[in-house]
Amino acid sequence: MPKDPKLHATYLPPMEEKQSSKPFHSTPNLDELETGPWPSFVTGLKRLAMQKDYGNMMVDLLGQLEHSYKTRLGYWKGGTVSVFGYGGGIIPRFTELMDSTGKPMFPECKEFHTLRVQPPAGNHYTTDMLRQLSNSWSKYGSGLIAFHGQTGNIMFIGTTTENTQHFFDEINDYGWDLGGAGPCVRTGMSCIGAARCEQSCANEQKIHRLLVNNFQDDMHRPALPYKFKFKVSGCPNDCQNSIHRSDFAVIGTWRDDMKVDQAEVKKFVEAKGRKYVIDNVISRCPTNALSLNEDDSLDVDNRNCVRCMHCINVMTKALSPGDDHGVTILIGGKRTLKIGDTMGTVIVPFMKLESDEDYEKLVELAEETIDFFAENALEHERTGEMIERIGLVNFLEGIGVDVDPHMINHPREISYVRMDDWDIEAEKWNQRKAEAAG
Amino acid sequence: MAEQHRQPIESGTPDPFQYMHPTFIKNFGNWAYHDRPRPGVLHHVAKSGDEVWTVRVGTQRQLGPYEINLLCDIVDKYGDGHVHFTIRSNFEVMVTEESKVEPLIKAFEEAGYPVGGTGPSVTMISHTQGWLHCDIPGTDASGVVKALMDELHEEFINERMPNRVHITTSCCQINCGGQGDIAINVQHTKPPKINHNLVANVCERPSVVARCPVAAIRPAIVNGKPSLEVDEKKCICCGACFPPCPPMQINDAEFTKLAIWVGGKHSNARSKPSFHKLVAAGIPNNAPRWPEVADIVKNILRVYKEDARDWERVGDWIDRIGWPRFFELTELPFTKFHIEDWRGSRRTLNASTHIRF
Repeated sequence: MPKDPKLHATYLPPMEEKQSSKPFHSTPNLDELETGPWPSFVTGLKRLAMQKDYGNMMVDLLGQLEHSYKTRLGYWKGGTVSVFGYGGGIIPRFTELMDSTGKPMFPECKEFHTLRVQPPAGNHYTTDMLRQLSNSWSKYGSGLIAFHGQTGNIMFIGTTTENTQHFFDEINDYGWDLGGAGPCVRTGMSCIGAARCEQSCANEQKIHRLLVNNFQDDMHRPALPYKFKFKVSGCPNDCQNSIHRSDFAVIGTWRDDMKVDQAEVKKFVEAKGRKYVIDNVISRCPTNALSLNEDDSLDVDNRNCVRCMHCINVMTKALSPGDDHGVTILIGGKRTLKIGDTMGTVIVPFMKLESDEDYEKLVELAEETIDFFAENALEHERTGEMIERIGLVNFLEGIGVDVDPHMINHPREISYVRMDDWDIEAEKWNQRKAEAAG
Repeated sequence: MAEQHRQPIESGTPDPFQYMHPTFIKNFGNWAYHDRPRPGVLHHVAKSGDEVWTVRVGTQRQLGPYEINLLCDIVDKYGDGHVHFTIRSNFEVMVTEESKVEPLIKAFEEAGYPVGGTGPSVTMISHTQGWLHCDIPGTDASGVVKALMDELHEEFINERMPNRVHITTSCCQINCGGQGDIAINVQHTKPPKINHNLVANVCERPSVVARCPVAAIRPAIVNGKPSLEVDEKKCICCGACFPPCPPMQINDAEFTKLAIWVGGKHSNARSKPSFHKLVAAGIPNNAPRWPEVADIVKNILRVYKEDARDWERVGDWIDRIGWPRFFELTELPFTKFHIEDWRGSRRTLNASTHIRF
């Protein structure tokens, strides 16, 4: 039993406190999801259905959802809804559930749109701001907010066509902007990174805002072949899933030696035992770059360390990334549609991000990439699919990036290729090497 | 007179520093290490010596004003007024005094919110919109997650898995839930049912033809009307035609099934990132609690917990023990459908004598 039933996830006010006029529909299927230890979204929907202003909308929303549970089919269709000045950012939903006379079975939720709103980089909030957003949404919509959708947006779920504009006007005035929907630059994501994490090798929130905010026109007025996503992770643990899930993944890394506090290594070995350290740290290194010495100190073959993070994840106090930070950039990650999953491919093995010029170079690369994508991708084709279709080399030439062996797992295995320009290409490599050497 | 419209302020992604915990701002980029004093709590120490404890709380993701105020009242009373959301919709509260941690945990637990999801636990399931709001869903999202998290609650509040377990769900084969150690995804098993009366008015036919991954759709005149037809022998029932052409209904009460995939990993730790692989399919879309899905997921987790070594993710573990052993230990049937036949598929076959006996 809750200590204070009124302050508990399971709380539903007594029916005499229900302020909405429409009675609840029978929802035996949804009711089954009100038991169990995890907080129930159904109880949440019912609380919203008891509100004065949008309660009736949520009464019917529960009715339609219950109908879906019964028939195992969905009943929403899309449409076109936008705010003045923008072409995207709203997911319009109209009910398709009609009775025999062609009228909506659940008329109060016949319009039930979602606004996608960009979160602050790194998803930081104050309680004051959460309450303010919640109050605005209760004024103009159902009150239901998802923190966050799979692309990273705050999703304000459930309002009428008319109120999308009013709600947007109100929150836009205090600093919140719509996210992306449709074939456009999408809302970005970045990890908590440098704000809290010692493994961070980048200023994630700065990269996130610099990139995404440079393309607000491409976000708000969808005109690309298909979606384009930026995601930023501060280290190769890639908490933002950027290699799998973004067209343009920026991941923090380092190129000097990782840092080893030998006194802490010894303490760790003492606390956990040599066997634990050998089984869980030394032998798990993917390139055999670690060796535990007889005196319980650690040797690292830094030239062969691939910055996978495993040993640093296990020995958080003894080991840490080096100091010469930068980022690796991978392009072309996406999920199944249409050719099957693709991961991002390394396009820039290491880019220093220190000076303003460094950051400008990053933005320029993103601009080149999006320009090339806009001009060369087919309709509904993601960057990963475009690269698969035209080949990595054509893409690299298009964006002005030189080939680099860090981009591949291994060289070509198939001899069916025309190579009469071999000498010219080899010379380019030699020249670049000479230039790099100064 | 024309109505005056307000021009949008194209402010983009907000600056997080205005909402960030002051200790985060002070020590930005200058953290030394972290540890986990107990499940659901992270402890970060800055180079300056400042310390932050983070309490991680599971939520239903969709929050109304009641939940927001309930959670924020707790944060204001026992915390420092600052919160952070993880990528998997966990609600994190930061405090700078260790003595505040236990009262904070107690307050969340008394309000019915689980504290956990850190380290080697089963953390919150990342999910999509489902029947609540999507226009093409084969199943629900929040409901599947609620049903599963009820079953996995003990694994959320404890850290007793070999390594972290990321579960995802997706309500169509586009798979917005993403890659996971365990992914529960819709798998349609019959071609779309076409309402030929509507196709010409609703669908841009060339785009729909182009959308098909196996070129099974072609223009046709049906009952005297321009429409589309599907070569059902080629059709892989993926549903890619349904979003651009809603009269090509792919969802079905009986034939829309669920499939379970394992071994997806985003992180570069140890091995390179990997995609999840099919292990079970044909699972009924059995609302409201999807018990058949829960049974298979719990079984996979039980075997993983018993057999995997510390720090092995599900994919790392299977890489070590091999797929035959995975099917043996989980007692899941191995079928012809597990063998890839998509482009590049021969690379997924065993071309060696590496066999475990």
